[in-house]
Amino acid sequence: MTPVIRVAGLDKNYGTGANVVHAVADASFSLAENRIYGLLGRNGAGKTTLMQLLTGQEFATRGTIEVFGENPVENARVLEKVCFIKESQRYPDDFRVKHVLASAPWFFANWDHDFADELIERFRLPVTRRVKKLSRGQLSALGVIVGLASRAPLTFFDEPYLGLDAVARQLFYDVLLADFAEHPRTVVLSTHLIDEVSNLLEHVIVIDEGRILIDADADELRGSAVDVVGARTAVESFTAGREVLHRSALGGLATATVAGLDDTGRAAAREAGLELAPVSLQQLVVRTTTLDGSPAESTNADLTNGESA
Amino acid sequence: MDDSRPIFLQIAEQLEDDIVEGRLPEETQVPSTNELAAFLRINPATAGKGVGLLVDQGILYKKRGIGMFVAEGARARLVAQRRDRFREQYLAPLIAEAHKLGITPAQLASMIEEAAR
Repeated sequence: MTPVIRVAGLDKNYGTGANVVHAVADASFSLAENRIYGLLGRNGAGKTTLMQLLTGQEFATRGTIEVFGENPVENARVLEKVCFIKESQRYPDDFRVKHVLASAPWFFANWDHDFADELIERFRLPVTRRVKKLSRGQLSALGVIVGLASRAPLTFFDEPYLGLDAVARQLFYDVLLADFAEHPRTVVLSTHLIDEVSNLLEHVIVIDEGRILIDADADELRGSAVDVVGARTAVESFTAGREVLHRSALGGLATATVAGLDDTGRAAAREAGLELAPVSLQQLVVRTTTLDGSPAESTNADLTNGESA
Repeated sequence: MDDSRPIFLQIAEQLEDDIVEGRLPEETQVPSTNELAAFLRINPATAGKGVGLLVDQGILYKKRGIGMFVAEGARARLVAQRRDRFREQYLAPLIAEAHKLGITPAQLASMIEEAAR
């Protein structure tokens, strides 16, 4: 299957000389058709810049980007198949919600008007209100509705949930799953609320300081790391020679997050009197992106070798 | 869904449980992957992978254009599999713990007799 997105050796620098910021650094990856991807990372990690590059809104400093096999910059053939829902989309000052919906079909070939109407009702969005006057949550809901009803073959949601209450977020996730099942497409979800979406994701890309740290199937990451808890000496002797993502200790007790522990390893840990606790995707991302000289490079090597894309 | 294991394995186990416990009798239709995905709030591809695992093992089979069904003899095969694993999964840790506490096999046997009564 040809990938929807193919990126190789991508760099994006802002500023010059001593003040240069590497927003995206040597990124290479590809996204396959009809999957839901999670683009995860901390604030300022480079998620938004990466999505701007992929949607032709920024120029790359170096490297190549192919979206549907072509360079996306100023390329209508590509961009009409792409929908990018930003955290803070700007609209003309006098635009009302209904104007946004009326203009959407100009940009999105697959726009489903009835579906948009249904979503307006379910999210309780006032159609005659000026966009400027919407609350933060209503503005997010409008973005979510445009993103879903556009049914674009490639849809990006950049932190789409700001200000959305728990009910509306759950509604978004449920509608996304249901509509994705009927109209498969490639969805990239950039989010901080990893626990909320981890079950929706098929594949995960974790970015930190512009670099891609993890590029792996969500189900392969699940259970790939384990917390080993017990007496400090026992934890230390058990983890010797194993790959440790994170350590913490309190008095005589210690916890180590160990990557890639197989059944034999787990049995050995129990044998040594150590407790094992699962690590959620969110915790795994927190631990891989909280760098205090921890071995990000080796983590990358280990976690990406199961890539099946 | 728990965090310690891949979701597709958990889906497969849940369907196996349903078959063993009779909630999904043989020759009945199982929920579609999209129905499973929506109900459990998981990615449809992941649900499909779990169902696929049982298809590969011949526990489920596909009727073209209709959906997935529980195969004839599926329950008996799952029960046989689970009996094989019972010794290793349940008996071994029980015996090990009893040994640590100084409970003899004979005492253990009579405790089980009593508890099951």
